[in-house]
Amino acid sequence: MAWLANFVVNVLPYITFIVFVVGVIYRIAVWWSRPSPAPIPVFPGQRTVGSAISRVLADVIIFRSLWQFPGNRILWLGAWVFHVSFLLILLRHLRYFLGEEAVPGWVAAVQSLGIAAALVISVPLLYLLIRRIVHADLKFISTPADYFVLLLILSVVLSGLYAKYFSTPFVVDVKYVMRSLMALKPVDLSTVTLNTAFLVHFFLVQVLVMYIPFSKVMHLGGIFFSPTRTHHFGGEAHTKKLEEA
Amino acid sequence: MGEQLEKIYDVELRPGAGEAYVCNLTKPEFAEAMKTNIPKEPLPDDQMVEVALKRLDELRKERKSIQLYLDICVRCGACMKQCHYFIGTGDPKNTPVGRAELLRKVYRAHFTISGKLFGKLVGAEKLTPEILKNEWYKYFYQCSECRRCSVFCPYGIDQAEITMAGREVLNSVGLATKYITQVISQVYKHGNNLGIPEPAFKYNCQFLEEEIKESTGVDVKIPVDKEKAEILYLPPSADLFTNTDTMIGVAKVFHAVGADWTMSTYASEAANFGLFFSYDDLKAINLRVVETAKKLGAKLVVFGECGHAWRAARQFMEAMNGPLPFKFMNILEYTAEQIRKGKLKIDKSRNDDVVVTLHDPCNYARAGDLVEETRFVIKSVCNNFVEMDESVTKVKTFCCGGGGGLLTEEIMELRMKGGLPRATAVKEVVEAHGVNYLAAPCAIDKAQLPLVMQHYEIPVQVGGIHDLVSKALILEGQEEFEAKKKAEEEAARAAAAAVPAVCGLCDAEFATMDECCEHAEKDHKISKEQCDMVCEAKEGAAAEAVPAVCGLCDAEFATMDECCEHAEKDHKISKEQCDMVCESKK
Ligand code: HEM
Ligand code: SF4
Ligand code: SF4
Repeated sequence: MAWLANFVVNVLPYITFIVFVVGVIYRIAVWWSRPSPAPIPVFPGQRTVGSAISRVLADVIIFRSLWQFPGNRILWLGAWVFHVSFLLILLRHLRYFLGEEAVPGWVAAVQSLGIAAALVISVPLLYLLIRRIVHADLKFISTPADYFVLLLILSVVLSGLYAKYFSTPFVVDVKYVMRSLMALKPVDLSTVTLNTAFLVHFFLVQVLVMYIPFSKVMHLGGIFFSPTRTHHFGGEAHTKKLEEA
Repeated sequence: MGEQLEKIYDVELRPGAGEAYVCNLTKPEFAEAMKTNIPKEPLPDDQMVEVALKRLDELRKERKSIQLYLDICVRCGACMKQCHYFIGTGDPKNTPVGRAELLRKVYRAHFTISGKLFGKLVGAEKLTPEILKNEWYKYFYQCSECRRCSVFCPYGIDQAEITMAGREVLNSVGLATKYITQVISQVYKHGNNLGIPEPAFKYNCQFLEEEIKESTGVDVKIPVDKEKAEILYLPPSADLFTNTDTMIGVAKVFHAVGADWTMSTYASEAANFGLFFSYDDLKAINLRVVETAKKLGAKLVVFGECGHAWRAARQFMEAMNGPLPFKFMNILEYTAEQIRKGKLKIDKSRNDDVVVTLHDPCNYARAGDLVEETRFVIKSVCNNFVEMDESVTKVKTFCCGGGGGLLTEEIMELRMKGGLPRATAVKEVVEAHGVNYLAAPCAIDKAQLPLVMQHYEIPVQVGGIHDLVSKALILEGQEEFEAKKKAEEEAARAAAAAVPAVCGLCDAEFATMDECCEHAEKDHKISKEQCDMVCEAKEGAAAEAVPAVCGLCDAEFATMDECCEHAEKDHKISKEQCDMVCESKK
C-alpha cells in the first residue's frame, strides 16, 4: 500500500491543484465572456453600481435573499451555519500552509473557532441531507449529485475529526508534507508518521476539491455574475423627472 | 402574514397535475408573420432534437443569464413555494427549479463534461422530441415570467430568463402558441394587440371625447396621428375598448396640464408580447415605437398602465433599440410628477365611495422600479387606501395568474389556480377593511383579476389607477358645468314630481313622483334611488323596440338587442360598450 500512500501524498495533490485551478478559471472565464444583451436587474435597490454591490454582498455574507421568506429561515440557518463553519475550518487549515515555523497570529487566533466549527458542521450538513429525503417536493427535484456532495463533505468532516481525535498524526508532520508540496519537493514517506486516517481524509479532500469545478458548488463564484443582482441601470433615456424630458 | 395567507404555503404535492394545461398551437399564418424565423408547423421528430440543441447552444452563448442560471442552481428549493402556479397546482415541475431542471437536464447531457460522463447520476438526460412536446411545451407555458422566484433565490436565479430561452428553443422547432403569435401578428398588421383597425381606433377616441364632454362639459381632445407632438402616448389597446375609464383619466391629465400629446395608429399599443416570445420580436415591436417617436419629433414617450409593456420599455428598449433621441416615462410617473408640481386640481372626496387596495403588477415592481409612484398617485386622489400584507406587495408581489402570454381561454383553470395567492391576499383586506376597489394598473390584470375575484367570490371591483384619477380630477370649467347640470336635473325632477306616477310593483297610482317614492320606500322597502326606477319603470320598457344603427359599420337593425348582438359578435365589443356604440348615431 506504500505506492498508494505515495500517490495520494506526492502525485495526486498536483493533479488536484491543476484540475481545480484550470477548472475554476475556465468556468469563470465562460461566465465572464458571455454577453448581457440587456440589463435585467430585479428591483429594488439597484439604481447604481454601489447599490448593486451592497446587494450582492448582503447575499454573500448574510444570505439576505434566503432570509426573506419565513418558511425558508430554517434553511437559512442551516445553510449559513454550514458555510460559516466551512469557512472557519478552511481558515484553521491554513496553519499547515503558512509560516516557516510558527503560524501567523491571526491563523493562531482562529484555531479554536475552527475546531468548534469542525465539531458543529455535521449538524447543518445532516439537516441539509435529511431535508432532501423527508420533504417530498425537495426529494423530487434532488439529483444523485445533490446527495453525493453532501455525503462527500460529511465524510471529509468525519475523517478529519477521526484523524484529529482518534489517531493523532503529528501536526508538524502534516505541515512538513504541505510545505514540501508547496515547494514542489517530493516527501520521503519513511521520514514522517502519517497514518491511514490522515491519508483517507487527505484523499477525500482532494476528491472534493477536484469535484468543485464540475459541479454546482461553483455557485460560490456564480453569484458575483448573477445579472438580476449585479445589473443596474446605466440607461439614459428613462426619467422620473419631467424637467429632464 | 394573515392566517389565510399562511395557509396557501401548505401545498399538497401533485406530480403531473400541470400536464392537463396545454396552450393551443400556432397556425401557419401567424407563425409566418413573426420576425423571428420559425417553422410554420412543428418539425418532424427526426429533425426536432438537432434544431433545438443548436438553438439552445446559441442562447447560452448569447446570454450570460442563461449560461449562469443553468450552472449554479444548488436545488435548495427556496424558490419552490414562491411560484403561484406551484401553490395552485402542487406540481413540482411547476416550480421555478422544477421547470428549469427540464432544461438543465438536457443542457447537462449535451453540453457539460460531468453530464456526458455520469448521465443520470448528475441529473442529465438527453433531449427527445417527447421532452420538447410533453414537458417543455407544457411547462414553459405555465410560467408567467413574473420573476418572483428570483427575489427569493439566494443567487437571484431568474426563472423567467430560463422560460424565455425555453420558449425560443420551442419556437425554433415550430412549437409556438396561437395566442402569443396571433397577438404579435396583429401588432404587425394593425399596430395593436387587439387588432383594432385604424378607423375603429379613431372612432373610439372620438367616442371617448364625447363621453368626457357629456360628464364634464369640457372639450378634452384625444389626438391620434398628429404630425408633430411633444409627447407620444402608448396605451394598452384594451384601454380603448374595455378599460375606457383608464384612457379617459389619462386624457384628462394631459388636458389639465396642457400637454402637446398624441397617440399613433402605427404604434397604438404599449404592450409588447415579444417579451413572451423572442428577443427578435421584442426588438421589432419596440422599434415601431422608436420610429414613431422619431417621426413625431417627440421629446417624451409615455407608456400607459401596463405591466409587461413597462418591462419591455424599461429594460430592453434602450439596450436593443438605442440610443434613443427621447426620454421615456410611465404614465404613473408622469401623473405623479404633475401632482407634485400642483398642476392638477383634485377633489379626493369624490373617491370616498371606494376603499382601495393595490395589486403591484409584477413587472412594475420587479422590473420597472415602479412602486412608490403608484402609491403616491392613489393616495393623492383618494382618502381610503389599504395595503395588502407586505409579503405579497411591492417587490414580493404575486402575479395575477395571467401574465407571460398565458391570458388565453384554453388554460383558464390554470389561470384561476395561479390567481389563488393574490385572491387570498385581497380577501384578507376585503374582510378586515372593507376594501371594494382593487387597483391594478395593468391591462393583463384588468382582464384576469375580475375573473379571479369572481372565481374566489371576492366582492371587489377591479380597475386602473387613472380611473380613480379621472373621478377626482377637476378640469377647468367642469364645476360650472356640474352646477348647471345639477340645477337642470333638479328642475326636471321637480317637473317630473308633479306628474302623476304609477308604482311598478303594485300598480298603485299617485299624484306625484315623490308620493310614489315615499310609498315604495315604506311599503316595498326600496331605497330612494331604486324607487325612482320602479316608479318610472312602466314607461321605460319601450326603448328596446326602437330601431338602432351600429356606429362602427352603419348596419341597421330593428331593435337595440339585435344591434348589440351584432356588435358583440362582429366587433368583439362587450355588452356594455355595444350599448354605447349602437346609440351613438342618434
Ligand atoms: C456566496 C454566497 C453563497 C451562498 C448564498 C450560498 C448558498 C448556499 C445554499 C443555499 C446552499 C444549499 C444547501 C442545500 O440545500 O443543499 C449551499 C450549499 C453549499 N455551498 Fe454555498 N453558498 C455560498 C458560497 C459558498 C462558498 C464560498 C462555498 C465554498 C466552498 C460554498 C460551498 C457550498 C457547499 C459545499 C454546499 C453543499 C452542497 C450542496 O448541497 O450544494 N458555498 N450554498
Ligand atoms: S432558490 Fe435558486 S438555487 Fe435554490 S433551487 Fe431555486 S433556483 Fe435553485
Ligand atoms: S417567474 Fe413566476 S411563474 Fe415563472 S417560475 Fe418564477 S415564480 Fe413561477
